[in-house]
Amino acid sequence: MENFELLMGGLESALTPMNLLYAAIGVLLGTFVGVLPGIGPAMAIALLLPVTYRLEPTSAFIMFAGLYYGGMYGGSTTSILLNTPGESASVMTALEGNKMARAGRGAQALATAAVGSFIAGTIGTLLVAFFSPALADVAVDLGAPSYFALMVLALVMTTTVLGTSALRGFAALFLGLTIGLVGLDLNTGQPRLTFGVTQLVDRLDIVVVAVGIFALGEALWVAAHLRRRPAHVTPVGRPWMGRDDWGRSWKPWLRGTAFGFPFGALPAGGAELPTFLSYLTERKLSKRGDFGRGAIEGVAGPEAANNASAAGMFVPMLALGLPVTATASVMLSALQGYGITPGPQLMTDHADLVWTLLASLLIGNTLLLVLNLPLAPLWARLLRIPRPQLYAGILFFACLGAYATNLDPFDIALLLAFGLLGLMMRRFGLPVLPLILGVILGPLMESKLREALTISGGDYVVLLSEPLAVVIYVLIALFILGRPFIVRVRARAERSATVEDEKELVD
Amino acid sequence: MSTTPAGGWVVVAWAPDEFGAVALDWALDDAERRDRGVVVVNASRGDALVDDRFAFEEQLAELERRLTGSERPHEIRQSIEPDVAGAVLETAEELDARLIVVGLRRRTPVGKLLMGSVAQRILLGAACPVLSVKPGSTPD
Repeated sequence: MENFELLMGGLESALTPMNLLYAAIGVLLGTFVGVLPGIGPAMAIALLLPVTYRLEPTSAFIMFAGLYYGGMYGGSTTSILLNTPGESASVMTALEGNKMARAGRGAQALATAAVGSFIAGTIGTLLVAFFSPALADVAVDLGAPSYFALMVLALVMTTTVLGTSALRGFAALFLGLTIGLVGLDLNTGQPRLTFGVTQLVDRLDIVVVAVGIFALGEALWVAAHLRRRPAHVTPVGRPWMGRDDWGRSWKPWLRGTAFGFPFGALPAGGAELPTFLSYLTERKLSKRGDFGRGAIEGVAGPEAANNASAAGMFVPMLALGLPVTATASVMLSALQGYGITPGPQLMTDHADLVWTLLASLLIGNTLLLVLNLPLAPLWARLLRIPRPQLYAGILFFACLGAYATNLDPFDIALLLAFGLLGLMMRRFGLPVLPLILGVILGPLMESKLREALTISGGDYVVLLSEPLAVVIYVLIALFILGRPFIVRVRARAERSATVEDEKELVD
Repeated sequence: MSTTPAGGWVVVAWAPDEFGAVALDWALDDAERRDRGVVVVNASRGDALVDDRFAFEEQLAELERRLTGSERPHEIRQSIEPDVAGAVLETAEELDARLIVVGLRRRTPVGKLLMGSVAQRILLGAACPVLSVKPGSTPD
């Protein structure tokens, strides 16, 4: 029960008025960006990074945690009211959620999403508090070869599992790894890929890359598709649930949590798969046969799964320093911005930060429930903001953030270059996550590889010298061999649960 | 498009709300008196995710029922373009409309500065007479 005491200690230091304020700001901002499709928590955190450098790391992370959970929850509102999922994790919620809203049960759908998110988030956070220290204890003894293998696993899994095309995934990954190479080689002092530009020697600022790809890329993409047929929002009042709804929801909540947490914690990352599995399970288990016509189980399960996986993501991030989602990558780069090295030592060296962060996740989760139940009608109004005004604001913050880090106009030019790259990636359907992971994990992987090779004197066999590394490589091999099968199963299941395509450009 | 009715066309700037409803009332009244056909224009700039003034399927179906019930020649035009007032004016010009009917929204000066006014743009830009009506009035 030592962990529990530490968590209580964290709760104590997180519960200052200032930190509560940051948590509230984070939750509100997070819901804001979650509600609007195309803008996710990763972009919001990237935009906020420069603003938070002045804050204590603890306060900044409390805000980010609120943002992350808020963003996860906000996506469900759009899914339910508009049938336009704000992000991939909410796609499954839209299936039953929007049908419920059309049948006049939108208030219950929103309520089950909110309460389910709260329960899954709370259980998930407690599981993180329980598992991460144990994992970190084990991880401290891991050598460079195992770390290298883990990172290869994370990259291969995110590149091939998510998204439809492995080729596109790898294209994005190698773009990211290349971007990660830019700058001074720390071992030999040689400049790499700098093209004689002095500002590039210093390595690329991850803020500029992330903001360029996420914010500028999305803004340019939206500008190219400005006019779309407006969607119809189903009017709802305050979310509430009847006794029957509670009875039908609680089991899916728990099952969704059970699906979401392990998937979030695995390097395979992402909430796409667990929400999907949760939806399929609920549909199989349903005895009422109202699936496809607005079954509350179909909202409760996936929403819980999506928040539980959001919590699960913190396990590899805190215990190993391995990000598995775009949001985790940006959070990790924020840690680095504070001069804190992520990794298994984080749990011991910065224990106060970690426990306060975990405690603030619990607080953020509670605030989310308190704020969102009464505010739901207000969030729906956000959807009326015209895109030109909205993206003008985002562009302003993007440029401000890029400039503020170094006060160098060169960064604005870089931002634009990455914005154009982001636009091209969206145009050609390249996933963004492998690129960001590549930028973050590339240099880490390189240093582990070099470390291992230095010890062995350049012999590559050292990469197989640890049992864990061998197991991981076998897993990767099995996974790559089994991929065609997985893809087929998923494609069949997805066909049986088709999502209405977003209505395309009209004129 | 059916052949031009004897009295020409009336163009209505319509939205699925009380302002559109009252504009439609007056347009149908005029069409009956002067043997005119009614063209309903519903447009959106399409730059926000949600636009309440852009009718969705059920609302269009109801509009269609109302128009069919009036037994006047009619047409519904729905479009997404940067300039909503321009869509109305273009339609009026194309059909050589005899009358445009708009529902007038109340706007404070600041509100008008921020939101613009479709009705004002139609009033200033139209070549034919414009009838502007407010909710609460009924054609006698």
